[in-house]
Amino acid sequence: MKLSVWNRMDTWLRHMVPFGVTMLLLLATAVPTRLPGFAGIAPMLPLMGVTYWAIYRPDLLPAWSAFLIGMLYDIVGGTPLGVNALVLLLVQGIAASQRRFFQGKSFLVAWWAFGLLSAGAVTLAWLLIGLLHGRSVDAVAVLFEYLVTLGLFPLLTWMLTRTQMSLLKDV
Amino acid sequence: MKQGAVGRLAVFRLLAQRFAFLSLVMAAVGLMLLGKADIMLIERTRGIIADALTPILDVAARPAAAIADVVENVRELANLRAENARLKAEVHGLRHWETVAGRLETENTFLHQQLNVVPDPDPAFITARVIGDMGSAFGHSMLLNAGSVHGVRKGQAVLAGETLVGTIADVGERSSRLLLLTDINARVPVMVEASRSRAILAGDNRDRPKLNYLGSNATVLVGDRVVTSSSGAAFPPGIPVGIVSAVGDGMVRVEPFVHRHELEYVAVVDYGLGGIQSFEKPVDRDRRRRGGEN
Repeated sequence: MKLSVWNRMDTWLRHMVPFGVTMLLLLATAVPTRLPGFAGIAPMLPLMGVTYWAIYRPDLLPAWSAFLIGMLYDIVGGTPLGVNALVLLLVQGIAASQRRFFQGKSFLVAWWAFGLLSAGAVTLAWLLIGLLHGRSVDAVAVLFEYLVTLGLFPLLTWMLTRTQMSLLKDV
Repeated sequence: MKQGAVGRLAVFRLLAQRFAFLSLVMAAVGLMLLGKADIMLIERTRGIIADALTPILDVAARPAAAIADVVENVRELANLRAENARLKAEVHGLRHWETVAGRLETENTFLHQQLNVVPDPDPAFITARVIGDMGSAFGHSMLLNAGSVHGVRKGQAVLAGETLVGTIADVGERSSRLLLLTDINARVPVMVEASRSRAILAGDNRDRPKLNYLGSNATVLVGDRVVTSSSGAAFPPGIPVGIVSAVGDGMVRVEPFVHRHELEYVAVVDYGLGGIQSFEKPVDRDRRRRGGEN
């Protein structure tokens, strides 16, 4: 059976979804919310996006896309260039290699595993930024940001699962 | 036979993947080191990419601003009575200050004339919109939708109303990065208004930056106003920065006047002074002169 041009284009567009959605999450993080007190602890949505797609569709969010997203994250967020690129790259690598662990596990186990993985990611970012600035970054705010991210994990996973089910079920 | 070929291909693919992954890790580490070694190159790259993202962020920020306005309206409606009472009390207090200020202004003008004081030049300014606020715990900065084509230069002061918000850290062609006073890299020469004791306001990613290098015999009290000083010829003296909120052992913290979540439009002001430049690599003299000309 030969696929028509439209079919192939449709598949190609659908294959762009994981990257596109993670980019949207990145932009969503950058939108000024103007909520008092929220600014210092906004959740790290791109981290969740990269983790989710690395587990469920690592073919569609390969290492280089995680690197690219991380670099844009650094540029928009003002962190030293390369920090989030490295962090998201490693997160993608670890999540993709451990994806068997996640499959068929209950949601709580996945949440716990994400907690572990993101704790490592945040700690690495904290260490790298402290090292590059030459002074240590306030750990309390970072801890809060981590907890907010962890707290949003169920909601985001639900949204990403819905996206995957509706757009990427058979491609 | 065929299976062997397929197996070899799979092994080859795995190796290629591993190699690609490792090269990306090296690239990320390389970027970090390059950022330390060649600041200019990295800054230019950042600028170009931030410029490319600016239109998208600009569009994304608009509906968010509209929603924030609606929320703000609702909150204001809910607090109307309390707010009204508070404002009445404040107006009462300010009436007194108005009289005092009027008298002082007359006196000041008269003294200026007597002493032939050279007036401060009116600064040029650009109004820019905040289009990106990552809200990260690792650094406090915002993206603005104005860049070098609009006249924004690195190190310029950024004000909201009359008060200092921060300085320009990176400049692209159509975007720039505003480093807030609270950022871990922010350093602003200030003085305590009442005692004229000079210090450096140093951010540490907390809501209240601290005063460093305060003289040992300086007297600082909670509630003292902190304004910019002319040290380092960065800013003109007297721009309001904040109020001393805590004086502890060896640690003075300042509550900035500006509230980060209220920033929508800011003014990038050109005082014709050097501004605050990166500490790691001082700008050489003739580059600064060139920067001043264009």
